[in-house]
Amino acid sequence: MGKTFKRPEALSEMDSHYCPGCTHGVAHRLVAEVIDELGIRGRTVGIAPVGCAVLAYNYFTFDFQEAAHGRAPAMATGIKRVRPDLAVFTYQGDGDLASIGMGEIIHAANRGEKFTTVFINNAVYGMTGGQMAPTTMPGQRTTTSPFGRDVKDVGMPIKVSELLASLQTPAYITRQSVIKPKYIVKAKKAIKKAFEYQIEGRCFSFVELVSTCPTNWGLTPVEAVKWAEETLIPYYPLGELKNPEQAEGGSDAK
Amino acid sequence: MGKILMKGNEAIGEAGIRAGCLNYFAYPITPQSEVAEYLSHRMPEVGGVFLQGESEVAVGYMIFGAAACGERVFTTSSSPGISLMSEAISYIAGAQCPAVFVNIMRGGPGLGGILPSQADYFQATKGGGHGDYRMLVMAPASVQEAVEMVMMAFPLAEKYRNPVMILGDGLIGQMMEPVEFPENLKSEPSNKDDWATNGMDTRKSKTRNLVKSLFLDPVKLNEHNLILKEKYERMKREEVRFEPYNMDSDYKILIVSYGTMSRVCKTAIDNLKAEGIDVGMIRPQTLFPFPEDAVFQAASTKSCIMALSIEMSMGQMVEDVERCVHGKCPVKWYGKCGGEVPTPEEIMDVVKSCLS
Repeated sequence: MGKTFKRPEALSEMDSHYCPGCTHGVAHRLVAEVIDELGIRGRTVGIAPVGCAVLAYNYFTFDFQEAAHGRAPAMATGIKRVRPDLAVFTYQGDGDLASIGMGEIIHAANRGEKFTTVFINNAVYGMTGGQMAPTTMPGQRTTTSPFGRDVKDVGMPIKVSELLASLQTPAYITRQSVIKPKYIVKAKKAIKKAFEYQIEGRCFSFVELVSTCPTNWGLTPVEAVKWAEETLIPYYPLGELKNPEQAEGGSDAK
Repeated sequence: MGKILMKGNEAIGEAGIRAGCLNYFAYPITPQSEVAEYLSHRMPEVGGVFLQGESEVAVGYMIFGAAACGERVFTTSSSPGISLMSEAISYIAGAQCPAVFVNIMRGGPGLGGILPSQADYFQATKGGGHGDYRMLVMAPASVQEAVEMVMMAFPLAEKYRNPVMILGDGLIGQMMEPVEFPENLKSEPSNKDDWATNGMDTRKSKTRNLVKSLFLDPVKLNEHNLILKEKYERMKREEVRFEPYNMDSDYKILIVSYGTMSRVCKTAIDNLKAEGIDVGMIRPQTLFPFPEDAVFQAASTKSCIMALSIEMSMGQMVEDVERCVHGKCPVKWYGKCGGEVPTPEEIMDVVKSCLS
């Protein structure tokens, strides 16, 4: 019997710089598996964000561009408009996408740009050292909210998927998680669906992934999974928020 | 094709298409919105891409994304918009991608005004964004020259894999002049497959390309900056362009002026000549690289007693003129920067006051 579990061709052999217990590695692998399964590695361009995943380009084996903070959706727009035949995705964290890049993601989604965004929501800035993000939970302590997020002072955490799903333009918007195998299986299906919608030229596709950041949460990896499941997922419920069939009045409409 | 009468902004848009650039992203801003208006109907006619972005910040990165795929791409804007695009320009220069930016300058700082200005000289030539980078900057003095410079800009951007800026003042964009488009743009095909993220299948390659400006290793970042510096040094050797005017006379005063301002200076120089006063002028057509040697030689002439930098800004180019004159003669500045263009009479008075 041959090897049944292999490294996807789209994933490089380089050791990652991610912390123990971080779920970026799982998310990277899912994207790579989907790209392999769809056979699109030779025509895929990824866009790395600013944040922990800035070096994501080291871990994939296809063309990559590196964006400035939050600007990945604008770059993806530029690529996809001039080269609609390419498969394009942005890989962005919550500081990058939901704070400094909120304008870019909303307008790209609203134009119905035919690319895919993988959005890692771990409720904190990672690379800069654990500062408060727009997704940080009420009362959550970070290096810039040392007494816990005070919602009277800085407002409530933003639910990006719901925000994008409120736009009238048809899109595929879903929130999944990568913190446990039972979630990972569904997340993979969602990522694949997102890329399929793109390749078919159907719509903008967006997969939010509720993730962990043990280092900046000050928790062990096991505690981090527990906290994500008990605190993040109830506020950021998992499931499909929107698909293009709804706009088309198809049978899949919810 | 004969001459046709065209507004500067529309001619600039058409020049992009004639240069083989079928990708344009922009955000409206006075006094250059006519470029976007023109291309919003012209690009679909030629099967090109037109997109109005949500901000100049986003447009800068749409340009970056498209340029990184090795496609010809350009945008047009005006001063405050260029400030917002400057972040992307820094990234594009750092990542070594070719792209063309047109700045139809208005008065500043801040919102300033909407009338013509040359107050973005520093921003364009010294780097408006962060880090050690330069753009190749060309400054047209007529609608015809704007067309020619836009068409030259794309092959130059590809030659250097670096952003090129056309720096025109509001008058260049707003006035109508007869213009003739060159029939064919001759440009060498660039070997973009070496670097562009155009998809491995597209270039039939098994190795991927990476477009980035991040170098966390200080030694590698320094090496990267030395590669960029060598490109800028090569621009200084190969791309300097300028127009001498009345330089074969025994001029006592040397004017250095560019763009619309230089046309007013020409009228002043002609009028002064009729009065028996010779004034020479160097008109930089490239602001970076600056015609350093030409200005030095011109100021070193025995008859020359003073150099005058005349610009629609509060004394920006004068710093380059002083640097290049290198003490051979005194250097003075004259200019206005509110949207008024100094008249030939004002310039004649300034010249006469320098002689008295």
